[in-house]
Amino acid sequence: MDFEIHPGLYNYAVVVMLMMAGLYIVITRGNLVKKIVGLNVFQASVFVLYITMGKIIGGTAPILEDGFKVYSNPLPHVLILTAIVVGVATTALGLALVVRIREAYGTIEEDEIQRQDESR
Amino acid sequence: MSGGTAIALALFLPLAGAFGIVLVGRWPNLREGVTLVTAVALFLIVGSLYGPVTEGVRPALALLSVAPGLPLVFEVEPLGMLFGLIASFLWIVNSVYSIGYMRAKQEHNQTRFYACFAIAISSALGVAFAGNMFTLFIFYEVLTLSTYPLVTHAGTPAALKGGRTYLGILLFTSIGLQLVALVGTWAVAGTTDFADGGILAGTASDLVLSALLLLYVFGIGKAALMPFHRWLPAAMVAPTPVSALLHAVAVVKAGVFTVLKVALYVFGLDLVRTLAAGEFLTYVAAATILLASLIAMRQDNLKRRLAYSTVSQLSYIVVGAMMANGVAVMGAGLHLLMHAFGKITLFFCAGAIDAAHKTKEISKMRGIGRAMPFTMAAFFVASMSIIGLPLAGGMWSKWYLGLGSLESHHYVVLAALLISSLLNIAYLLPIPVRAFFASDEERAVWGPGIKEAPWLCVGALGFTALASVALFFFPGPFYRLLSLIPGLGS
Amino acid sequence: MIAQFVSQHLPALQVVVPLIAAPVCVLLRRPTLSWLFALIVTWICFAMSIALLIRLESAGTIVYEMGGWPAPWGIEYRIGMTSAIVLVIVSGIGSVVMPYAKASVAAEIDPARHYLFYTCYLLCLCGLLGVVATGDAFNLFVFLEISSLSSYVLIGLGRDRRALTAAFQYLVMGTIGATSIVIGIGLLYLVTGSLNMADIAARLPEPGTNRTVLVAFAFLGLGAALKLALFPLHVWLPAAYTHAPSAVTAFLAATATKVGVYILLRFIFTVFGATFAFTTMPLDAMLLALAVAAMFVASAIAIFQNNVKRMLAYSSVAQIGYMVLGIGIATQAGVAAGLIHLFNHALMKGGLFMAIGCVFLRTGSVRLESMSGIARTMPWTMAAFVLGGLSLIGVPLTVGFISKLYLIRASFEAGLWPFGVLVVLSSLLAVAYIWRVVETAYFREPTAEAARATEAPLSMLLPTWVLIGACVYFGIDAELTVDTAFRAAAALMQANP
Repeated sequence: MDFEIHPGLYNYAVVVMLMMAGLYIVITRGNLVKKIVGLNVFQASVFVLYITMGKIIGGTAPILEDGFKVYSNPLPHVLILTAIVVGVATTALGLALVVRIREAYGTIEEDEIQRQDESR
Repeated sequence: MSGGTAIALALFLPLAGAFGIVLVGRWPNLREGVTLVTAVALFLIVGSLYGPVTEGVRPALALLSVAPGLPLVFEVEPLGMLFGLIASFLWIVNSVYSIGYMRAKQEHNQTRFYACFAIAISSALGVAFAGNMFTLFIFYEVLTLSTYPLVTHAGTPAALKGGRTYLGILLFTSIGLQLVALVGTWAVAGTTDFADGGILAGTASDLVLSALLLLYVFGIGKAALMPFHRWLPAAMVAPTPVSALLHAVAVVKAGVFTVLKVALYVFGLDLVRTLAAGEFLTYVAAATILLASLIAMRQDNLKRRLAYSTVSQLSYIVVGAMMANGVAVMGAGLHLLMHAFGKITLFFCAGAIDAAHKTKEISKMRGIGRAMPFTMAAFFVASMSIIGLPLAGGMWSKWYLGLGSLESHHYVVLAALLISSLLNIAYLLPIPVRAFFASDEERAVWGPGIKEAPWLCVGALGFTALASVALFFFPGPFYRLLSLIPGLGS
Repeated sequence: MIAQFVSQHLPALQVVVPLIAAPVCVLLRRPTLSWLFALIVTWICFAMSIALLIRLESAGTIVYEMGGWPAPWGIEYRIGMTSAIVLVIVSGIGSVVMPYAKASVAAEIDPARHYLFYTCYLLCLCGLLGVVATGDAFNLFVFLEISSLSSYVLIGLGRDRRALTAAFQYLVMGTIGATSIVIGIGLLYLVTGSLNMADIAARLPEPGTNRTVLVAFAFLGLGAALKLALFPLHVWLPAAYTHAPSAVTAFLAATATKVGVYILLRFIFTVFGATFAFTTMPLDAMLLALAVAAMFVASAIAIFQNNVKRMLAYSSVAQIGYMVLGIGIATQAGVAAGLIHLFNHALMKGGLFMAIGCVFLRTGSVRLESMSGIARTMPWTMAAFVLGGLSLIGVPLTVGFISKLYLIRASFEAGLWPFGVLVVLSSLLAVAYIWRVVETAYFREPTAEAARATEAPLSMLLPTWVLIGACVYFGIDAELTVDTAFRAAAALMQANP
């Protein structure tokens, strides 16, 4: 793909990169907080995807006003608000679990937790 | 009483009996009373069907439809009638024997024992009267599961191990092979109903039908065709009455009965004759007859020897079904009856010896005839029946099987039958002969005077031994019953 | 007046009632009070789902416009045969587990947190029901997350600290799955400009002409596979089911993965259409391969577990394989067989997990060795376990047998007979793991704990036997299940050929 010809695809490339980076962090990091961060990056990629698909170059917010003919699609933007809320809830719950795990195990490193579980 | 009511009662009565047995389990005399009353009543009910069936009527009962196209239906045809009569009649005899045996051995958990027994009989009758393969399969499985607690009755590690083999092989063959065959039949024929002349002819290619026949005959693990025979010797850890009724009569006969049903009413004899699988299975069964007899010779434990003898004798019936001509199948059907009486007597004897003298090994039984003359005499008579010598019923079935093998030119099978009879002589007859004709020292071991098992046991085994002889003189009613099946007889 | 209101808004109320009830539980606070309230709510939900199923008989597919906004602009609830069945399963299991939960939760969860348990339970129920009822793709995602987030909490409530790590692991994998589903939905929106599933289906371009649709399909498939714990994406399930409180395990095992299967069905058949999924894309081959792997690998692993809950959890993974196998056969009979097993498995696994919860209540352990001889002191519980186990094996007169029968037949009719054989072979593995428990419970000498144990309280025993009884009843009289499943499958196949 030639990005100079399709500048719109630039955003999608970012989406893919964020998605892969997030997934990579989730899989490879043993630190539970870092896993949550990775999950957030992964979700953020989706936010960008939705925002991008709604955006039209030169478009404005969909408010009827003289002189504005091109509007961005508000629906994906609204949808992603919901998704962001879900993401925040997930992060909060995940971090709460991390806190509880630290109280119970005294560590938030995955391999250390595994070692403790096996030694019991 | 209409036929349908009788069928329903025959299935329900043993279950009610089981319930009653559990209820009055605390009072042994009352409990055994319930067993005996149920058994006699059951035989009378099953017997009431005999008249109509000999007149050509086939009493039927449709219970309910489990799923579209899969109804639970029952239909009493001559073969099922025969099996039903055998199972319900021998239950009475066996109950009498059990009471003597279980009390003499002071076995634990007798309530569970009698209750499971009653459930097993109910499912055996379900197999006997099933009107389609689906119903038969259901009761076949219930029979497996309800006999599991009987096999592991002792609760010892050895019993558990035996139980595992029992359940493992029977469930593997029935779910792994027979169920596939059942669904295959349902898929190609659109029904699983039994019908004269079969339902499968012309529904699929010979290859598919051959595969189905293989799946059926090997999948009916209760028929103990090699290589799926090992559950039967393993089940010998059970108390002897269980081995006697279930593993000489109800369970194994349910197996070979199913093989006969499949051959007669699912495939039809004409189809079995043309399929390559039928030919192949004939030789597998012939091989089983010989191999099991050879293995039986090497067993010192009496019950194990009898178990391998059963494996061998069951294959007589499979051979008859697979040769699939009228005479051979007649022989197979009669063998169902003759072998039942002969083998149950032998098992009764083995149990009686164990109950009276705590002896299980054949090598230690020399001279025992002095202490147990009645038991060993019965053993001798029953051995004659199993071998197929005159004056015992076993001769008739072997006679027809032999004629059948000549008719379809299976000379290899005929040879196998003859050799097997010789082997039977070799592994059965020495036991009673040595019991009576032993040196003085060997006889002295058993002490002075007669020491038999409880009289209930001796009475039961004497009765079945005499019945074996009676069957030699009066096989007529049963021959006529089986002749009602289209295509059977000469 | 009220009756008319209820009847008119039934599809919405089905989801809204537990949603509103959940925060009320927080206000009630007192353990018994909140339990009673939650109990009533789940029973109302069950009654409503039955009412919907009955109405479906006469009225056909029920369409409800949320807030009076017509689709595709507004959110539409669309209840067809398949969704009605799944609604009944979810709310039915929800209402059976609730009476069971009281004693079980009292023993396993700190009393101060009881009301939070019931709140999350109702939220989870609401989410699961919402996923099934809605006809809007994005709405489906929202409900999925409601149910997922609340189930992470429910699992984390387990007494063992490993419940926390299990919940965390599930959270990570569940979020990846849910996010994949949003991506898929977003891409579909990109192509069609609609979020209404029926509308998307109508607007999708010719199969195979648009690459975005292919990518959307892949993401949705991945997301659904994660949620329904399709092998090899099942790793979250055993840990979560093992360490969650007993009541939670019973509820989730019988409902959550079933809803996952529903999502898969919904997207395959009503959005993309069978032709696209099975002809343009090789989904059937993939599903068949993964299902067979699940059936064998998970069953084999189950044999070697010493923790009975974990054993049952692996068995769940294997059983999900059967459902997916049915879908993978890709004929009406196959999908119907999958649906039959979906219903049947909910009954038997729910019952089994409840029986094991009773054992846990009395002995404080679910390890195999601590169950030695337990059948002597807890005969009813173990009898329930044996019946459920026989059903898992597929013995006649239980629901498991009906499932196997139709799966095998469907594979024969579709010319895929090796898969029928594989079904029976794998179910033999179930004999091995179930029988280990049976032998231990019935024939070993009781341990000290087992000898001290008494039969579980009636409030737990009764719900267990309701499910096990249903296992036997629907195993003997399967006309209703089979007939309903075949009609649902027919509707799915016709939805978008």
